Amino acid sequence: MNTTATSARRVQFNHVSLTFGTPKGPLKVVEDVTYDINDGDFIAVIGPSGCGKTTMMSMLAGFQKPTTGQVLFDGSPVKGPGPERGVIFQEYGVFPWLTVKQNIAFGLQLKANHVAATEREQICAHYLDLMGLSDFANSYPKHLSGGMRQRLAIARAYAVKPQFLLMDEPFGALDAQTRSNMQNLLLRVLATEGKTVMLITHSVEEAIYLASRIVVVTARPARIKEIIEVPFAYPRDESIQERAEFGELRSHIRELVMNEYRAQQAQMRPVSFSE
Amino acid sequence: MKGSVARRFLLGLTPWVGAVVLWYAVRWSGLVNAALIPAPHQVAAKFVELLLHEGLLIDIYASTRRVLIGVALGISAAVPVGFLLGWYRPARTFADPMINFFRALPPIALIPLVIVYFGIDEVAKLVILFYASFFSGVIVMYEGVAQITPLYIRVAKTLGAGEFEIFRKVIIPLTVPHILTALRVALGVAWATLVASELVAAQRGLGAMIQNASTYFLLDVIYVGIICIGLIALVMDLILRKISARLLAWQERAAS
Repeated sequence: MNTTATSARRVQFNHVSLTFGTPKGPLKVVEDVTYDINDGDFIAVIGPSGCGKTTMMSMLAGFQKPTTGQVLFDGSPVKGPGPERGVIFQEYGVFPWLTVKQNIAFGLQLKANHVAATEREQICAHYLDLMGLSDFANSYPKHLSGGMRQRLAIARAYAVKPQFLLMDEPFGALDAQTRSNMQNLLLRVLATEGKTVMLITHSVEEAIYLASRIVVVTARPARIKEIIEVPFAYPRDESIQERAEFGELRSHIRELVMNEYRAQQAQMRPVSFSE
Repeated sequence: MKGSVARRFLLGLTPWVGAVVLWYAVRWSGLVNAALIPAPHQVAAKFVELLLHEGLLIDIYASTRRVLIGVALGISAAVPVGFLLGWYRPARTFADPMINFFRALPPIALIPLVIVYFGIDEVAKLVILFYASFFSGVIVMYEGVAQITPLYIRVAKTLGAGEFEIFRKVIIPLTVPHILTALRVALGVAWATLVASELVAAQRGLGAMIQNASTYFLLDVIYVGIICIGLIALVMDLILRKISARLLAWQERAAS
């Protein structure tokens, strides 16, 4: 992965704010957020749950529009979702009525991606193999474990070759062992197929282990608290978690996040919906 | 594997045997005048007699045909209407009270009006069956469609799907289970409405047969008619369930 400062700017959050109308009145979710994502960056966005992290990603994915400010993708405002920005949802969203292989092929069969049938077969076989799903190619998702569904969701998103990967707490629902496997798999895949990633997470370790840059956001409304460059080069392996810098970074970010968490607890307004 | 099929068959058979035993028991207990309850073997004999000499098959055919046509028409209309109502919230607000109003009306109460407007032909009977299946089907459809989660549509969009592709590749597969459920409900309701629909001067049909038999107090014929309706409805439901199981092999079931 390329993390040099000279890489091209792909995404610009430009004084972005978003306010939801709720029955109790307007609710400010994101406030005056400005940062850039460059080609090859791995950005982790971290903050207390319910703070508006997902909303930020949603705006880049094209599901929500900022109330004020702009989200620019390659210089023009995001108008809607598109296959160049692959999204991996917290709930996976694996299509239950399609087999594992058909799930991976779904995007490849769409007009927008026009992939020839033979190439489609190759791509499916490649990701089935990469994600360790070959034995389940013709099974329905109901037969898969949580970790396998997650891998399938990733394979499906990857198959259409997005330049951008937006991941919303993708490993949140997995057990510790599976999660760590998935993180390593993600790093391996990124090492071979360079992509720009925006990862929403609430795990400090996950953010440091995976990301090149960490955006710490405040309790709702989400503002930028601090942007931290992670000093570890890729390829990474689990040994970096033993390094002193890792520990220092972890305590620093943890403190930032905990402060925000306390600030959120202090807000008397009940969290009536998730982000 | 073989043992489990046999066990399931026995398990399914037991209540039927129980019902026949209970039937004999009530008759022999003396609690009810035996003349009012024909014995199962008498009903069975009547069934054979009707089948061989009275053209029972023609009645079965007439009724089954009516039910199938009525349900086919009713569901053909209920699927698009139910889909629109489920998909577009404003359409639901607009049409929901109307649908619930008409749904609450028992088809039998509409028969005089149906006769006035549609006469006493086959059409009149089909109108009643159409009415019954449409309103039972449309509710199932729109409740089902309204529950389709937007997540899959979002996923499809992020993969690059256009509006038409989303409809064809995401919404239709998610609608199929609800169409099948609507079909099952409508079939059940249509069989239940059959006797009412054949009150309209029907010459043949199981409902007509029951009507005529009641005029002459032929209890055994009434029993044959009722059992035939139940059995045909049961067989149709079994067939639909087999089709559903095939089409919906992907669905997660609490118990399979």
